[in-house]
Amino acid sequence: MDLANFLIQLLNSVQYGLLLFMLAAGLTLIFGIMGVVNLAHGSFYMLGAYLAWSVSSMTGSFTLAIILGAVLSIVFGLALERLLFRHFYDRDHLSQVLLTFGLIYIFEEVRSILWGDDVHGVKIPDILSASLPLTDNLSYPVYRLFMSGVCIALAIGLYLLISKTRLGMKIRAGAFNRDMAEALGVNIKLIHAIVFAMGVALATVAGMIASPVSSVYPNMGSQVLIISFVVVVIGGIGSVRGALIAALLVGLVDTFGKVLLPQLAGMLIYMLMAAVLLWKPEGLFRQ
Amino acid sequence: MTSRRLVLTRTAAIVGAASTGLLLPQIARAQGNKVRVGLMLPYTGTFAQLGVAIENGIHMAIDEKGGKLGGREIEWFKVDDESEPAKGVENANKLVQRDKVDVLIGTVHSGVQMGIQKVVRDSGTLCIIPNAGVHAATRALCAPNVFRTSFTNSQPTLALGKVMVDKGHKKAVWITWKYAAGDEAFEGFRDSYTKAGGTIIKELGLPFPNVEFQALLTEIASLRPDAVACFFAGGGAAKFIKDYAAAGLKGKIPLYGSGFLTEGVLDAAGPAADGIITTMHYSDSLDTPRNKQFRLAYAKTFRSQPDVYAVQGYDSGQLLLQGAAAVKGDLNNKQALYKAMESAVIDSPRGRWTMSKSHNPVQDIYLRVVENKENKVIGIAAKALADSGAGCKMG
Repeated sequence: MDLANFLIQLLNSVQYGLLLFMLAAGLTLIFGIMGVVNLAHGSFYMLGAYLAWSVSSMTGSFTLAIILGAVLSIVFGLALERLLFRHFYDRDHLSQVLLTFGLIYIFEEVRSILWGDDVHGVKIPDILSASLPLTDNLSYPVYRLFMSGVCIALAIGLYLLISKTRLGMKIRAGAFNRDMAEALGVNIKLIHAIVFAMGVALATVAGMIASPVSSVYPNMGSQVLIISFVVVVIGGIGSVRGALIAALLVGLVDTFGKVLLPQLAGMLIYMLMAAVLLWKPEGLFRQ
Repeated sequence: MTSRRLVLTRTAAIVGAASTGLLLPQIARAQGNKVRVGLMLPYTGTFAQLGVAIENGIHMAIDEKGGKLGGREIEWFKVDDESEPAKGVENANKLVQRDKVDVLIGTVHSGVQMGIQKVVRDSGTLCIIPNAGVHAATRALCAPNVFRTSFTNSQPTLALGKVMVDKGHKKAVWITWKYAAGDEAFEGFRDSYTKAGGTIIKELGLPFPNVEFQALLTEIASLRPDAVACFFAGGGAAKFIKDYAAAGLKGKIPLYGSGFLTEGVLDAAGPAADGIITTMHYSDSLDTPRNKQFRLAYAKTFRSQPDVYAVQGYDSGQLLLQGAAAVKGDLNNKQALYKAMESAVIDSPRGRWTMSKSHNPVQDIYLRVVENKENKVIGIAAKALADSGAGCKMG
């Protein structure tokens, strides 16, 4: 592998890793702060992708689809939290797993009823549809760079929100010691509703942003769910910073694994996970 | 509860059930006058639409001939196999043992097919495979009572190699998902391409159903082959086509593939798919009177456009009709039934085809190019192509 090729593959890894981060961040937030295992996380990704497709094909505007989808997903997240998840905080993880596992099937059926089982493509907005030539026969789609940009912006935004704002302080306090935070006057119920809605919105937006390059198809959520869990486990459950590092690590291992060790490509990231867990059973950055 | 009471209550229940007629119909049904046809197809999940298209095709073929098999009425039994290999044997047994079907038609998913294959080889029930292309069904595990009306996984790509070499592409890269169907498709490509004098410079793969292609596309660009051949299907195929174009490879390195690459995904893939050349046993745009008549009739009946799966279902119906007609509806006359089905000539929308010795279609494979969201037929890549049937011993 020559240097140019190596650099391009490095770019591929970072780009893939950032997308994984966006998915895993929502999952790790919901688990770390609320203690809820949310298997339906991948379904929000799928719903986001279908939403982007249906709104953009109806209105012709991808930007509008993203804005509308983000607003809808927050409303949806708040409603889900109020109606279902709130009643499960005190239950054990098995109940939560059963609830969210059931939700996967419900969301798949709703998707099938609303949008059918066809494969769809979402058009890349014209301003982002160009490609940058890298070598004489390989170019890099501008849209992929745009995706990376969005993911970096979200990562920075999340960091600032959690570590620099008053809301972030309350969120951290609630995660650290719920009863104490409540006794000091923090409205934990509200905090949980906000965090849950944020997690749902992150997954939905990830689905919408990824839809033009990933295509839109049934069961697309279950594929990303597993890899998101791998990222969360490697990074340390509940740690957003850990999720970022782990996502980049998984992106790197997956990309170079496919090229250098194609026979093992399917299991390399799981081997990585096993190795990390042996070394640090709590993940890289356990909160 | 004591065992005596248990016996008593159970006996009472059986007597009660028998006297009210709950058990009697089952006994009567087993020797009934109707032909019992079992459909084991996916009605939920990713392949749900394929299951529906196949069932539509079967009904259409049989209804065209008066809705009977060899003069006998039909009783239908349906099982949703969910494309779930773990339940393959159990679901096949529901039809074979519980419903005692005379013929089992199914299925789409190759893994599930292996479950069916086990059950029907043991029971000797007639089985017609309307889609699943797994080699073993008509190779090492072939059976006198198993017939396929679709293809083997390597059949479309077996026609691909020579086409590519004829166009001057001497060095090719192969890319697919690493799973059974991908490996079997590769076998067809490898055999035909190397036989025609081409060299496969690299075989790239990624685990099924991973769709992160960027690393491998970068690899393709640096390898600089004359052409790329591939096997992908469904949502992953749409993404591969778009990623290939977005990476700037489209127009520089021609893309070839098994026809499933461009089935049902052309709307999703858009202009990125233009110019892709594929080989397959059917195309929606096949310009023959037989195909046009079929498509019109299907669209009128089911208010949707037929696809290759509907054609395979239709041919399954035709094959069953011909077999049943030859034995005048007596499907227990197995020797004569199988003989008739082996020598059947199916007047299919895809063109006439016959059965190979291992019970897989001997059929023309078409050469198709994508133009304006349509698989346009530009010729026949291989005439009357048969699967090798390697390892098949009918005993």
